[in-house]
Amino acid sequence: MEEIYAKFVSQKISKTRWRPLPPGSLQTAETFATGSWDNEENYVSLWSIGDFGNLDSDGGFEGDHQLLCDIRHHGDVMDLQFFDQERIVTASSTGCVTVFLHHPNNQTLSVNQQWTTAHYHAGPGSPSYSSAPCTGVVCNNPEIVTVGEDGRINLFRADHKEAVRTIVWEVHFHPSNPDHLFTCSEDGSLWHWDASTDVPEKLSLFHQGGRSSTFLSHSISNQANVHQSVISSWLSTDPAKDRIEITSLLPSRSLSVNSLDILGPCLVCGTDAEAIYVTRHLFS
Amino acid sequence: MEELDGEPAVTVIPGVNSKKNQMCFDWGPGEMLVCETSFSKKEKSEMVPSCPFIYIIRKDVDVYSQILRKLFNESHGIFLGLQRIDEELTGKSRKSQLVRVSKNYRSVIRACMEEMHQVAIAAKDPASGRQFSSQVSILSAMELIWNLCEILFIEVAPAGHLLLHLLDWVRLHVCEVDSLSADVLGSENPSNHDSFWNLVTILVLQGRLDEARQMLSKEADASPASAGICRIMGDLMRTMPILSPGNTQTLTELELKWQHWHEECERYLQDSTFATNPHLESLLKIMLGDEAALLEQKELLSNWYHFLVTRLLYSNPTVKPIDLHYYAQSSLDLFLGGESSPEPLDNILLAAFEFDIHQVIKECSIALSNWWFVAHLTDLLDHCKLLQSHNLYFGSNMREFLLLEYASGLFAHPSLWQLGVDYFDYCPKLGRVSLELHIERIPLNTEQKALKVLRICEQRQMTEQVRSICKILAMKAVRNNRLGSALSWSIRAKDAAFATLVSDRFLRDYCERGCFSDLDLIDNLGPAMMLSDRLTFLGKYREFHRMYGEKRFADAASLLLSLMTSGIAPRSFWMTLLTDALPLLEQKQVIFSAEQTYELMQCLEDLTSRRPVRGESDIQQLQDEDIETTKVEMLRLALARNLARAIIREGSLEGS
Repeated sequence: MEEIYAKFVSQKISKTRWRPLPPGSLQTAETFATGSWDNEENYVSLWSIGDFGNLDSDGGFEGDHQLLCDIRHHGDVMDLQFFDQERIVTASSTGCVTVFLHHPNNQTLSVNQQWTTAHYHAGPGSPSYSSAPCTGVVCNNPEIVTVGEDGRINLFRADHKEAVRTIVWEVHFHPSNPDHLFTCSEDGSLWHWDASTDVPEKLSLFHQGGRSSTFLSHSISNQANVHQSVISSWLSTDPAKDRIEITSLLPSRSLSVNSLDILGPCLVCGTDAEAIYVTRHLFS
Repeated sequence: MEELDGEPAVTVIPGVNSKKNQMCFDWGPGEMLVCETSFSKKEKSEMVPSCPFIYIIRKDVDVYSQILRKLFNESHGIFLGLQRIDEELTGKSRKSQLVRVSKNYRSVIRACMEEMHQVAIAAKDPASGRQFSSQVSILSAMELIWNLCEILFIEVAPAGHLLLHLLDWVRLHVCEVDSLSADVLGSENPSNHDSFWNLVTILVLQGRLDEARQMLSKEADASPASAGICRIMGDLMRTMPILSPGNTQTLTELELKWQHWHEECERYLQDSTFATNPHLESLLKIMLGDEAALLEQKELLSNWYHFLVTRLLYSNPTVKPIDLHYYAQSSLDLFLGGESSPEPLDNILLAAFEFDIHQVIKECSIALSNWWFVAHLTDLLDHCKLLQSHNLYFGSNMREFLLLEYASGLFAHPSLWQLGVDYFDYCPKLGRVSLELHIERIPLNTEQKALKVLRICEQRQMTEQVRSICKILAMKAVRNNRLGSALSWSIRAKDAAFATLVSDRFLRDYCERGCFSDLDLIDNLGPAMMLSDRLTFLGKYREFHRMYGEKRFADAASLLLSLMTSGIAPRSFWMTLLTDALPLLEQKQVIFSAEQTYELMQCLEDLTSRRPVRGESDIQQLQDEDIETTKVEMLRLALARNLARAIIREGSLEGS
C-alpha cells in the first residue's frame, strides 16, 4: 500500500495544484500550491515535498510537505492554476482575478497583476455595484479565461490591464477523458477510475468518487497510441472487455475533499478538515 | 453551585468612556455586542454618543489560534471514528479499541504542544513568547489529566499493572531526566559531574533501576574504594521484584518476593553497610520507601504525584485501585507540607484518584478556557459506559451538554462550523434542533459555500432549512438579474410561488427582448416543470419555439392551442401566443385544422371581448390601442383565410 502523508494546516483547502514541470524534465513533482477558503484571512501557499537532505528526529525526511511561502488572498480562493513556472492565477469570491509571482531566490510570493472587477452583477459604474464570485480560471500562456457567478466569461492577457473579451453565457464544464480519471467528492472520498486496457499489471490506486470535481491525469502512459483506445474504453458498453478498476485512496472519510491534482505519479489533495494529503507513489 | 474564585476580569473597550456614558450590550451565539449609548451618567445627556463603533466581544480566543485549529480538526476525525465503533464489540477487543482512541487523542495533544513549543521558542517578542509558553503548559496539563484518566478509567489497570502504568505516566511527564542525563553522560568524567548523584537519585525515584545501575558502575570504576558498596547497591537494584508484562506470576507471589527483598534492604540499613557513602545511604532509604528520605528529594520530585508514585513503588507496589485515594490525599498533604495550597490541577488529579469522574469533569470545565477537552473526554468515558445517565435539569445528559456547548462554539467561527455539524449529529436529544438553528445563520457569500450547506441539510432531511436557504439565494439571484440561477434555486427549494415569480420575469424579458435567456435551463427542466403552472407554461412555450425551429409545425400548432385552451397560459400572454400563431397561419400548407381554427377564433373573441372600454387616453395609449387593433384585425383575417383553406382541404381529403 502506498504511503500517504497527512498534515493539518489550520485552513480549509479549496484548491491544490502541482507546479508544472519544465517540458522534457525527468524530475518528479516537487512543489504544489494551495488556496484556502472560508477564513477571515485566506492564503495562497506554496509547499514543497522535495528531499531536504537532512533527516529529522524521526529518521524520515520523505513525505512531509513543508511550507515554502504564502501570501494573503482577499476572499475565498475559488480556483487556482499555474500560469507558468513562476506565476499562479487565482479566482476569488470577491470577483477579483489575481496573478501571483513566486520569487525563488528569497522564497516569497507577490502580486504581479490584478483585475479587481472581473466579475460583477451590477457594474462598477452603477450606484448599486455588487461583485460576483469568480468561480473558475483556466490559463494557457499568455491568455487567461475566467468564469463567474455573473455568467460572464472573460479573456485576459497576462500583460494587459483590461479584459480582452467578455462573453455573457451560461457555463457548462465537460471533462475530457484519458485513461485515468480521478475524482474527489463532497462526501470526503477520493476515487480513481482506471479504464486503461494496455497496462498489464494491476494498478492499485486510490478511489476518488463524487461529483464536485473531476480531473484527468496528465500523461501517465504514452498518450499517442493509447489515446485512441482510451476514448473508446470510457464510452464502450462492453463490460467484459473494458473493466474499470476503482480504488479508494483516503484511509478514512471525514469532510469534503475539495480539490486534487496529479502530476506524473504524485497526487495532492486538500480537504475541509483543514488537511493536505500527498502521495508520491500513485502507481507503485 | 461553585463560588467564583475571584473577581471576574475586566476588559476595557477602546474608545468607550464608561465613566461618562452608559454602555449597552446584547448576547449572541458566542459573542457579545457592545456599544455606547447616549445616556450620560450625569444629569445632562448628550445627543450623540462619543464613540461611534459597535464592538463584538469574543471570549473564546482559542478557536482563533492557528495551532489549536489543528487540534480541533484532527480530533474531529478521531471523534467520528469513535462514534462509528461497532456497538457489538464487547470485552477485551472493545477496551483495546477505546484505549487506542484515547492514545490517539493524546498524541494529537502532544503534537500540538510540540508545535506550540517551537513557536514559543522562535517568538520574536517576549510577550507572545510567554503567551505561547503558557498555552504549552495548559496543553501539557491537559495531556497529564487525560493520561491519568486513561489509566484509571479506560485501561482500568488492576493492581500490579496499575503501578507500571503510573510509572510510565510519571516518566512521560517529568522529563527533566533526559536533559540531565545528556548533560552528565556527555561530560568527560560523568561520576565527577556536579549533578551525578542527582541523576542517580532521580533515576531511582522514577524506578529506572537498570539505568541507575549503569551509572553506579561508572562510579565504581572511578573510585575503587566505593566499588564494593556500589556493587552491593547494584545487586539490590537488580533484584527488586517487579511485575513485567509477560510475567505469569500471581500478585501474591510478587508480594511475597517483594517482602523478602524489602527485608533484605532493611538488613543493609541496620548493618550500616552504606554508612561511608551518604549518597548511597539515602538511596537505600528511598528504596525502603522512607517518607522522610523521599521528602528530602522534593526538588527532584518536583510535584506531589511523582512523590505519590515513588512512594507506592517502594512501599506498596501491588496497590489496588480503590486504595489509591488514601495515598493520593496523604501524598499531597505531605508534599505541600502546609506551605502552599493545592492548585486546580492538583484538585483535578485528586478527584481522578478518587474515581470521581463527575468531579474531574466539573473541575476541568471551570479551569479550562474552552470546551474541547471536557467534551471529548466525557464522550470517550461515556463510550466506556462510565457515566450514569442522570439527566441534567435542562433535558440532556452531561455528555450531550458538553458536546452541544463545544459545537456551538465552533459555529461561532467563520470556518470551523463544518466540524460542528458532525458533533451535533451525535447528540441524540437536542443535536438536530441545534443544528437547524445554527445552520440557517451561516453567511453564504458564494454559491459553492451555499451548495455545501445545502448538501448538509439535504443529507439530514432538514427540508425547512433547505427551503429557506434556497429562497435567500433565489432572491439574491433575482436582484442580480440572474434569472436562470434564481429559477434553479426555486426549483431546488420546491417553492412554487417563487418559481411563478421568476417565470413571470422570464416571460416579461421575452416580451421585451424577443428572445429567451438561460435556454439550456428551460429546455431541460424535466419533471421540475410541474412545480408551478407558470413554470409549466414557460417550459411548454419554449418547447413550442423549439418545435417551430425544427419545423414540426403540426405539433407546434397543437401545443400552442393547448396552452391557451388548457388555461395554463396567463391571459396577459394570450395576445403574444396568438401573434405567434400568425406565421403558422400564413404558411403555404394548412397547419391548423378547421376545428383548431374555430378554437383559435374563440380565444381571440374571448380576449377582445374582455378588453375594457377606454375613456380618456393620451397619445401613447392611443398609439398602443392602434397597434392592438391592427393586430387583432390581422389575426381575424389570417384565421378566416386559414379556416377557408382548412375546410377545403378537409373536404377534399375525405373525397379522395
